[in-house]
Amino acid sequence: MSVSPLIAEGLRKTFQSAGRTVTALDGLSFAMVPGGGVTGLIGPDGAGKTTLMRLAAGLLVPDAGRIHCIGLDATRESLAVQAAVGYMPQRFGLYEDLTVQENLELYADLQGLPPAERGARYARLAEMTGLGPFVGRLAGRLSGGMKQKLGLACTLVRPPRLLLLDEPTVGVDPVSRRELWAIVYRLVDEEGLAVLLSTAYLDEAERCSDVILLDRGRLVDQGPPGAFSAPLRGRTFLVRGADASARRALQARLAAHPGVLDAVLQGEAVRIVTTEAVAPDRLASGIEATCEAVSPRFEDGFVARLKDAGAPGELELPRVDALRRTPGDAIEVEGLTKRFDGFTAVDALTFAVHAGEIFGLLGANGAGKTTTFRMLCGLLPASAGRLRVAGVDLRHAAAEARGRIGYMSQRFSLYGNLSVRQNLEFFARTYGLRGARVRERLAWAFAAFELAELADAEAGALPLGYRQRLAMAAALLHEPDILFLDEPTSGVDPLARREFWGRIYALAEGGVTVLVTTHFMEEAEYCDRLVIMAAGALLAIGTPSEVKAQAARDGTPAPTMEEAFIRLIERREAA
Amino acid sequence: MGARILALIVKEFLALFRDKRSRFVIVVPPLIQLLVFGYAATYDLDEAPFAVYDRDGGHAARDLLARFEGSPAFELERRIGSAGEIAGVIDAREVLLVVQVDQRFTADLAAGRQAKVQFLIDGRNSNTAQTVLDYASQIVAGFNRDWAAAHGLQGPPVSLVTRAWYNPNLESRWFFVTGLVGILTLVVTMMVTAMSVAREREQGTFDQLLVTPLRPAEILIGKAVPGLLIGLFEVSVVVLLAVVWFQVPLVGSLTVLYTGVVLFLFAAVGVGLMISSLAVTLQQALLGAFLFMVPAVILSGFATPIANMPEPVQWLTLIDPLRYYLVIVRGVFLEGAGFGLLIHQMWPLAGIALVTLVTAAWLFRHRMA
Repeated sequence: MSVSPLIAEGLRKTFQSAGRTVTALDGLSFAMVPGGGVTGLIGPDGAGKTTLMRLAAGLLVPDAGRIHCIGLDATRESLAVQAAVGYMPQRFGLYEDLTVQENLELYADLQGLPPAERGARYARLAEMTGLGPFVGRLAGRLSGGMKQKLGLACTLVRPPRLLLLDEPTVGVDPVSRRELWAIVYRLVDEEGLAVLLSTAYLDEAERCSDVILLDRGRLVDQGPPGAFSAPLRGRTFLVRGADASARRALQARLAAHPGVLDAVLQGEAVRIVTTEAVAPDRLASGIEATCEAVSPRFEDGFVARLKDAGAPGELELPRVDALRRTPGDAIEVEGLTKRFDGFTAVDALTFAVHAGEIFGLLGANGAGKTTTFRMLCGLLPASAGRLRVAGVDLRHAAAEARGRIGYMSQRFSLYGNLSVRQNLEFFARTYGLRGARVRERLAWAFAAFELAELADAEAGALPLGYRQRLAMAAALLHEPDILFLDEPTSGVDPLARREFWGRIYALAEGGVTVLVTTHFMEEAEYCDRLVIMAAGALLAIGTPSEVKAQAARDGTPAPTMEEAFIRLIERREAA
Repeated sequence: MGARILALIVKEFLALFRDKRSRFVIVVPPLIQLLVFGYAATYDLDEAPFAVYDRDGGHAARDLLARFEGSPAFELERRIGSAGEIAGVIDAREVLLVVQVDQRFTADLAAGRQAKVQFLIDGRNSNTAQTVLDYASQIVAGFNRDWAAAHGLQGPPVSLVTRAWYNPNLESRWFFVTGLVGILTLVVTMMVTAMSVAREREQGTFDQLLVTPLRPAEILIGKAVPGLLIGLFEVSVVVLLAVVWFQVPLVGSLTVLYTGVVLFLFAAVGVGLMISSLAVTLQQALLGAFLFMVPAVILSGFATPIANMPEPVQWLTLIDPLRYYLVIVRGVFLEGAGFGLLIHQMWPLAGIALVTLVTAAWLFRHRMA
């Protein structure tokens, strides 16, 4: 088939939202490379990825331009397109009170799959997704990764010719992510399917045969992943400082350097992208560090491309000084256990988080990570064990302990119909701030998070990035000793993630202890120390390098964090 | 502690009134219900269609029938010439009542004998049938009295003279509008409180609230106060409309009325918060609220007298706060009853309020912990 499965010509789509016109797509033209394979659709939040998917599936009508799906006009022949295209939205409509099998049958009915073909198709999908043993289980009882697999299976019940996947791996752990990719690859190989997949994980984009990069509704670039990183050859280095504990200071210095485009932490080192090819020694001048040239990754290309395209630059970072530095460890956990109706979700966990460190809590879906997190911030009582947060026993002085922590969840959890200012005032007062102090902290929040212009806007109507800033500002108003972050960057694009982590570094430098859960393995590298959990127990604990070293073996002496994570979990399951 | 609760109360009001839909829910449906019930719900018979089969035609029969035609309660739909037509007009719902006058009616009366009139009533709606019968009987009784007086006969040995106290014209609107004061208070208070926690759970803001230093009891108070204040406001609007618009007399004292209102609001807020702490989603909260409100209204004696209910059901009404509240509202409005008369309604109400609020607080602690 030499015809492109998806062609867009001058596509334009605007939305009316709260009296404003939002341009989602602004004259977008491209053609998917014919011949099957996975095409990655990437770009910052608000680039128009979901809008493009919905237009391709014939669910929206463009304001201008045309979109052709497998030779059909997606707008005028939407029914025919929908019969030939599989579309899996971000939040797939699984019926949680139906079993896996019933969900499959429902979608088979909806898509009009002839009964004679069903048996074979179900068997194949069950085998492919590994859902075979769970067909009788309620969909609501599946883990996050399994739900996504079931969603994919329902989308594929009637074999489509083009598969549209909108961020299928958001909130899914690395093991399940790898399995989802294996399914997608098999589909491409065995059924010759064309796949368009949007993602916020850049390592996933690297696995695609072709990548489409959007920004603010326009095409920035299209090509194989290698083409994105190729121009950066000779411009990427790993910088190691003399003192590993000062790596954040080194990162901040490098990031501020005019010749440096991007600087992120990687283990004890800082990975940088320079504006032009320079000799490493020139860069290191004035900084006591060793410089090692490394080959560019796709992520480097992505960031360089968007920064060239004029994405907003670095921001002023908020400085927070933890008021009451608690002596000793910020969090002490001893024999922490949680049982639900005979099922042990967390089993005798013991660890400590030192004051002022960034501590990562990692684990596969269902490993007990969220349960542990909720116990630590006082949302769930422990069944057994000792738990001290900010020097206070959570069992006896919960309200006092809560006064010393800040909390930010992956879901936007502020009041959507209150204005930015009203939200901040409310949280300031619930944390006991009064009068002049409230005004002072609000002024700080407006300045540090650049929210002043939006002070009277409704919080729910803010763009994703600003909502996240607001949530963080609200969590920091009372200058907490410890900040709890529950998958704070889930579904957030790489540029916004960099901005976010910049703030986290600044907080840690100010003495705030940060406990963070994440599914992004490169973010695990940003932590000072981390634990990996599996089946309610500790699998590994230590600095990122120590954890990676634990997973090292002959073939790969220096695994990436993702490889280490998967290997540690596999090793445990094999044992 | 006070400042934190105040912050929560302010937040609750902002959240309610910045949202166009919740503003609408609080203001518009109660007003519509008040108008609908105030105008549409009535037991008063007004121009009920009836037919006449006058087999006599004499002057006494004409006199009797003229009384029916002259009554504002009835409207003559048609005259019937044969017995065969009677079934047809009732079946077709053309008339509610057929008055059949015996062919010797005038003659019998003139001779001093008993004369016969027959009422044929459409009994498909038993309530209406009963009302029609009452009105028709009154007309016949009036006819009897006047005939006896005019012909110098001895009247019936006992002459019944009725005077309806507190509602001399037996206007059912007085009865319904005062009852509405109770029902609308219940509906609005339940909506505001039952939804408040469930909405936060559903939108994911509840966790954020729970990690603040606010204690469960403080959250409970912060959620209860807006319900109380909005309930008070709603009651005041409905009472004002009842007096000014519907001209229902408010005989008693406002102090007594508002004492009852506050006790009732505490009970309603307690029930609302109980539902709220059990419900995980808004939908569950809504269903829970209705599951409570519908039986509460039926068992309250709002429309049908409690005395008519089977005894076990009557016992059940004892735990219905609306039951006591309606007695208080109607007592104050129509009778001018004071604390002395209503104390036996107020203490059970206070008891229910105490139990529901304590249970809500307990559920709150346990569901959150």
